[in-house]
Amino acid sequence: MVADIPAGVVQQEQVGPGQYRLTLYAPVIASLAVPGQFVYIRCTDGLDPLLRRPLSIHGVNRERGELFLLYQVVGRGTALLAARRRGERLGVMGPLGRGFTLPEPGRRVILVGGGIGVAPLVFLGQELVHRNNQVCLLVGVRSADQLPVGKKGYTVPFDFAVATDDGSCGHHGSVTDLLEKVLAGEGVDMVYACGPRGMLRQTASLLARYNVPGEFSLEERMGCGVGACLSCVCKTAGKGGEPSQYRRVCVEGPVFPAEQLVWD
Amino acid sequence: MIKPNLAVDVAGIRMKNPVTTASGTFGFGFEYAPFVDLNRLGAIVVKGTTLLPRRGNPPPRIVETPAGILNAIGLQNPGVDYFIEVALPYLRQFDLPVIVNIAGDTVEDYAALAARLDGVPGVAGLEVNISCPNVKKGGLAFGADPDSAAAVVRVVKGATRLPVVVKLSPNVTSIVRLAEAVVEAGADALSMINTLLGMAIDIRRRRPALANVMGGLSGPAIKPVAVRAVWQVYQALKVPIVGMGGIVTAEDALEFIMAGATAVAVGTANFINPRATMDIIDGIEKFLVEERVSDIQELIGAAHM
Ligand SMILES: Cc1cc2nc3c(=O)[nH]c(=O)nc-3n(C[C@H](O)[C@H](O)[C@H](O)COP(=O)(O)OP(=O)(O)OC[C@H]3O[C@@H](n4cnc5c(N)ncnc54)[C@H](O)[C@@H]3O)c2cc1C
Ligand SMILES: Cc1cc2nc3c(=O)[nH]c(=O)nc-3n(C[C@H](O)[C@H](O)[C@H](O)COP(=O)(O)O)c2cc1C
Ligand code: FES
Repeated sequence: MVADIPAGVVQQEQVGPGQYRLTLYAPVIASLAVPGQFVYIRCTDGLDPLLRRPLSIHGVNRERGELFLLYQVVGRGTALLAARRRGERLGVMGPLGRGFTLPEPGRRVILVGGGIGVAPLVFLGQELVHRNNQVCLLVGVRSADQLPVGKKGYTVPFDFAVATDDGSCGHHGSVTDLLEKVLAGEGVDMVYACGPRGMLRQTASLLARYNVPGEFSLEERMGCGVGACLSCVCKTAGKGGEPSQYRRVCVEGPVFPAEQLVWD
Repeated sequence: MIKPNLAVDVAGIRMKNPVTTASGTFGFGFEYAPFVDLNRLGAIVVKGTTLLPRRGNPPPRIVETPAGILNAIGLQNPGVDYFIEVALPYLRQFDLPVIVNIAGDTVEDYAALAARLDGVPGVAGLEVNISCPNVKKGGLAFGADPDSAAAVVRVVKGATRLPVVVKLSPNVTSIVRLAEAVVEAGADALSMINTLLGMAIDIRRRRPALANVMGGLSGPAIKPVAVRAVWQVYQALKVPIVGMGGIVTAEDALEFIMAGATAVAVGTANFINPRATMDIIDGIEKFLVEERVSDIQELIGAAHM
């Protein structure tokens, strides 16, 4: 089931430079959502900008009917969203898309987040811990102040390690360096990743080298959000020698098995 | 006041209200079923269908512009056999005329598609797309030239008994000349407009924003162009018109009807509001009640002197 409802803003909180955490009252979506799904949200009541914006579900509080989003202001839509205040209502469609497939209990799982790509992974990590998996989150950001997790109010119920481009916190370098160390060490059953394309591409080649399965959450420009317009496609490998094909991120994704993705 | 009559007839396609969907913006219907009651639509026009499955253009395929979007999907679709075997049985459950939008690379493709869909239960009519700006062969190559457009319409009419709606492009010098040529060739109705050829540049990357470089502009930005096209063709020809281009509200739809459209199609607005078609039907009915108009027919072309 999918809903399109006017959801009330419960809280809008700045958590970093241009980073916000938005709490919405949306009990139907909160009760249905699984990790990896997203919402398609109207940032303004007017027609400019025209389209909705896709944002991953960062968490839910089912008892309170609340939905959490974590987003980075990059352009006009997200800037308008950041200006919305408690008591205002936004059109929210969701939960949309197919989420992550969850492993059996007891598995060792690594989450790899690039920048704001940690948004869906926090929800996933909470669910995995709840199902008795061993979880470690690896986060890569440009600088320490852009770290969305681990700071005050942002504790997560699992291990995490940080990589920064400028060395201001954790490993000085990329998050895939951290991943490689982990993969080279003891047994990893599954890797889930979300972040910039370059990071995902490198993650994919590491997974292939160490023969570990993975699932990635992808982003593409969207029109309808429900599979009707074919705007949001990504290239996936054909089955059994067939040519590659375009599949819709909004309904066949946003989560895809790593080995199905074509990186040209 | 008793309920006003909203029913219209487009070349034998009987619609319970004048509101349909614009091809390519509503999939095969089931994508929007969680949000709309398909039984309430006047008709559905499905995604552009070709003889064989088509892969479409590389992403990014869509970019936002002021009051509009540019798209370059490139007619990705699963082919006519999939449509008949999978999508159509689903749509047949509803009390809903289904209009199939068809596109080809050659005149023969159009003829073969028309023949394949002729007599298939549940198909109420064909919409012939000779106006897609996003494919190299076919598409606009036919729609920009009156002789080629007429040739496509003649073979389609020869291959089917279904009502044939021809979809016109605004990317021409005179849309009236095109309209005359296709009506002369046998078109039972016209739909207009398809998207306007446009382009956007990503200034940070210093590259075109769409992978395909150019795309089709749709949404509120194109409404005045579309209303003008409907007005001009209504004035020149006696043929039912399905008007579209930037319809977001019932007021927008009524502009097209008063310009001469018998029915209207809702496209890009579905992306913003998945219930747009329902809201527009309700809004048209409310307008008729307020204005004490008992039958929508009274408003078709009402703005003409
Ligand atoms: C499934 C999915 C989940 C996402 N989850 C998150 C999240 O949890 N947190 C977060 O900060 N961001 C997320 N994004 C990216 C987010 O949607 C974009 O940053 C946002 O749409 C930018 O809008 P804007 O108006 O601020 O930027 P503008 O650049 O002004 O937007 C212009 C157009 O480009 C589109 N666009 C721009 N960047 C992206 C992008 N990276 N992906 C898709 N479309 C884009 C916009 O939707 C809009 O149509 C997600 C994207 C997808 C597809
Ligand atoms: C994403 C998208 C895909 C489209 N695909 C088709 C198509 O397959 N066949 C067609 O005839 N028109 C297609 N169109 C054009 C629309 O049917 C319509 O003519 C146009 O978008 C103008 O209406 P609007 O402004 O209400 O969207 C497409 C438009 C969009 C935005
Ligand atoms: S956004 Fe329309 S198909 Fe995915």
